[in-house]
Amino acid sequence: MSSNAADTLLVVDDLRVAFPNRDGGWFEAVRGVSFTLGRERLGIVGESGSGKSQTGRAIVGLTAPEGRVSARRLAFKGTDLLNCSPKERRALRGGRIAMVLQDPKFSLNPVMRIGKQIEETLRAHTRTSSGEAKKRALAALESVRIDDPERVYRLYPHEVSGGMGQRAMIAMMLIAEPDLLIADEPTSALDVTVQLQVLAILDRLVSERGMGLILVSHDLRLVSSFCDRILVMYAGRVVEELSAGGLAHAQHPFTRGLMACLPQLGASTHPLATLDRRPEWAL
Amino acid sequence: MSRALGLKVEQLRVVYDGFVAVAATSFEVAPGESFGIVGESGSGKSTVMRAICGLAPRSGGRVALTAGAEAKTALPEPGSKAFRQRVQMVFQDPYGSLHPRQTVDRILAEPLAIHGFTDAETRIERALDEVGMKSGFRFRYPHQLSGGQRQRIAIARALILEPQILLLDEPTSALDASVQAEVLNLLEDLRRRRGVSFVMVSHDLAVVTHLCERLMVMQRGNTVEFLASADLSAHRALEPYTQSLMRASSGFRRGQGTTPVPTELA
Repeated sequence: MSSNAADTLLVVDDLRVAFPNRDGGWFEAVRGVSFTLGRERLGIVGESGSGKSQTGRAIVGLTAPEGRVSARRLAFKGTDLLNCSPKERRALRGGRIAMVLQDPKFSLNPVMRIGKQIEETLRAHTRTSSGEAKKRALAALESVRIDDPERVYRLYPHEVSGGMGQRAMIAMMLIAEPDLLIADEPTSALDVTVQLQVLAILDRLVSERGMGLILVSHDLRLVSSFCDRILVMYAGRVVEELSAGGLAHAQHPFTRGLMACLPQLGASTHPLATLDRRPEWAL
Repeated sequence: MSRALGLKVEQLRVVYDGFVAVAATSFEVAPGESFGIVGESGSGKSTVMRAICGLAPRSGGRVALTAGAEAKTALPEPGSKAFRQRVQMVFQDPYGSLHPRQTVDRILAEPLAIHGFTDAETRIERALDEVGMKSGFRFRYPHQLSGGQRQRIAIARALILEPQILLLDEPTSALDASVQAEVLNLLEDLRRRRGVSFVMVSHDLAVVTHLCERLMVMQRGNTVEFLASADLSAHRALEPYTQSLMRASSGFRRGQGTTPVPTELA
């Protein structure tokens, strides 16, 4: 997987997301994030509150209504995302840009059968007969390695396991064949072995379909073993960009501190190092 | 501290409507020891903990407190108030385990009221101090606290009764890595100072081996293997299931050979 300049999917330049705070001012959750994305796997890593999820949400256009999104440029395949009409935006969202959320328990509709939810995406973006929709929903379920698509198609979200639910959600996002998939902590609610299965599915989809993938996660180790490139965020800014496997050569004290405070198998460090947060990191 | 208690679980069985969540699990925790339970979701690891403290129905087997060689006076039976005072639990998600409309003060006062402690004032002050929270936090509501601070309050609530056994159900899995390190250090420190025994459940092998000396691996309600943490760290796991867990925890590897994909499709 290589990304050349002609193949740029997404340009993010100086993205800012702010929310009103109680005393009438604005709190900037994302403060000037810039990157470009080709058909590759990009990881965005940070702690809670670092703005990593808000970055992903702003790209899809799912920032909460009171939030304010601004950027010098936010473009998807040449379409200016900030100045296009809501209708265009809606057509892109779910169609060309899709998002997988963290916990299938809370992000699937609990009173709708899985198959119908998958078809809903298709209906929103294309004209499809119900027979055709069902066929494609089953194919989508099969593509995320669900053994018995017919059975899962008829189930409600509460009847499936977390890993199965997450696969169903990925199927739902992929049925419209997006060019860009933003996955916000897609595996955090899952067991380690299931985590790897879900990542393997995403990995295959990126390499087979040439999709761009942004993986938002707090898990530095997992992301570094999966992505081609990693952005490390702290207090709304990108503090460091790392290439795949470049974790050991991280320069920023935050990244290094984060690595140091993880307990490691085989290395006993008592007590664990804690992160000594410097105010200058948040400047 | 000579009052350290241990725990003995024999043939513990938990069945929900015919579904066997835990099948005949036995283990022993020596007084002052830290014991880990590892497994994936659905392995029954949390159910074991809940059955110990009476939050899950026990359909068979025995749970008993053990003391060292000395003092063979009768120890409280599971289910009794005295047992509950000695065995306290810290839950996984500090966002869900604290009452959203009670202040920290009231959260900490409740167990004291239930167990008839009269010196609530000093105990609350001390408990907050022990978990490294300033007394300024005492009249805050949970939503005014960060995840790490909430988990500290949950630990304070468990510790305020001076239990001898602390059941920790994934105490750090909802927290950021840096906060996890702080909470793990706090737990270690408390154990050293107060001689409390720990039983900790986690899916994170590195966390369990960090905090526990010995651990048990569970799968689908059954015990797979008992291990010393040192053996796990040195990759001396015997069972293939434990080995696959270890592989999985080392991160993603490209190429089908090492990634555990469903066998029927591989």
